[in-house]
Amino acid sequence: MGGWPRAKSLEDRMCLSIPAKILSITGEDPLLRTAKVDFGGVVKEMSLAYVPEARIGNYVLTHVGFAISMIDEKEAEFVFEFLKNTEEAL
Amino acid sequence: MTLKYLEEYRDAGLAKKYAEHIARITTRPWKIMEACGGQTHSIIKFGIDRLLPKSIELVHGPGCPVCVTPMSTIDAAIELVIRYRVILCTFGDMLRVPGSSQDLQTAKAQGGDVRMVYSPLDALKVAKAHPEKEVVFFAVGFETTAPANAMAAFQARQLGLENFSMLVSQVLVPPALEALLESSTSELDGFLAPGHVCAITGFQAYESIVGKYGIPIVVTGFEPGDILQGIDMCVQMLERGDARVENQYTRVVRREGNHEAQKMLETVFEITPKAWRGLGTLAASGLRLNSAFRAMDAEFRFGLNPESSEERTGCRSGLILQGALKPDACPEFGKTCHPDHPLGATMVSTEGACAAYYRYRYLTEKKL
Repeated sequence: MGGWPRAKSLEDRMCLSIPAKILSITGEDPLLRTAKVDFGGVVKEMSLAYVPEARIGNYVLTHVGFAISMIDEKEAEFVFEFLKNTEEAL
Repeated sequence: MTLKYLEEYRDAGLAKKYAEHIARITTRPWKIMEACGGQTHSIIKFGIDRLLPKSIELVHGPGCPVCVTPMSTIDAAIELVIRYRVILCTFGDMLRVPGSSQDLQTAKAQGGDVRMVYSPLDALKVAKAHPEKEVVFFAVGFETTAPANAMAAFQARQLGLENFSMLVSQVLVPPALEALLESSTSELDGFLAPGHVCAITGFQAYESIVGKYGIPIVVTGFEPGDILQGIDMCVQMLERGDARVENQYTRVVRREGNHEAQKMLETVFEITPKAWRGLGTLAASGLRLNSAFRAMDAEFRFGLNPESSEERTGCRSGLILQGALKPDACPEFGKTCHPDHPLGATMVSTEGACAAYYRYRYLTEKKL
């Protein structure tokens, strides 16, 4: 274990979906709203057409130039909490 | 540089804890299929299958859109480039997928105008910049990519881009899963549903599959911690004789999915029977442009009629995509078939199971 490969920010894979933080938002029309998003230092432009609730500072899951889902910061701990809860239940 | 909401799920200590827990709760052999090529990629890259007890077998599913795009559709794309001299915009993954006689990269080398795009909207920019040329976007993908591809069609119509069309090869996961479960050879006990597909569609469709086949399904993410938790949740259900849809990927997936994206899919696409490379034609398993957008369908516009053509290369990707053959058990693997000379699509795409085994197993372990 250990020594697992570190994440590459943007690989040329159509299937890849990566979380990113919204830095700024441009446009009013819900279908044409775009954001500058940050992938740990790399900044790209994404369409916000499918996340009308997105605001500056939110994290979104991005895929081929689109934010396709909000990342729920409260649920982000589930992977770590689940095992603890399961073990306590045993 | 760190990527929040990504790297913390790659923690080796977390993976080890899950692997130990799974080993503790497993009393019988279980066969679990991961649906998505991205999950297969993570499993092989991080060696997740090797962390698990021997009694848990991970079966790799058909979830690689590049891999299941029919050879006849690749041939149609090449015909557009060579015969109709269009500018073809495509995701980079499609360039080296073999058609019946060549691939798009070869067509490009022969002077064809093939351009890699990151987003479907980039293809619109190409169409705007070249009003004198026909520009075709090669719209492949599962439900995850469908809303982005749909938006390209929608915006092209808004912008009045008459020189833009799409060659569509859009596939849907639930019908493929049902086809696998219907097949008499399937011995699957559980299923990890693709998290990013479900981010769009939600997971109601999987609840009806559970109802019909009594197989537990866990909506699962893509990082090692996610996949191990998904397996853990699936094994817990199997061990207690329970079959439901559970959601591991709660930080991204809601039961009802993404409403805005679903609305756009309904506006642009309709459900259609679809040929899958390796699986044959499955009822109601694909999307095509609906009548309002038919004029933008490249098959319609150019009078293409992609006929089904069979693999002639000895490639067994059909068995690989059904989870019936492991890549390294294929007699061609690493011998006549490797990424520089792929016999089939599963060795080309980075999401393809054969390419993952080659890159993370064959190359590294051959050197040992």
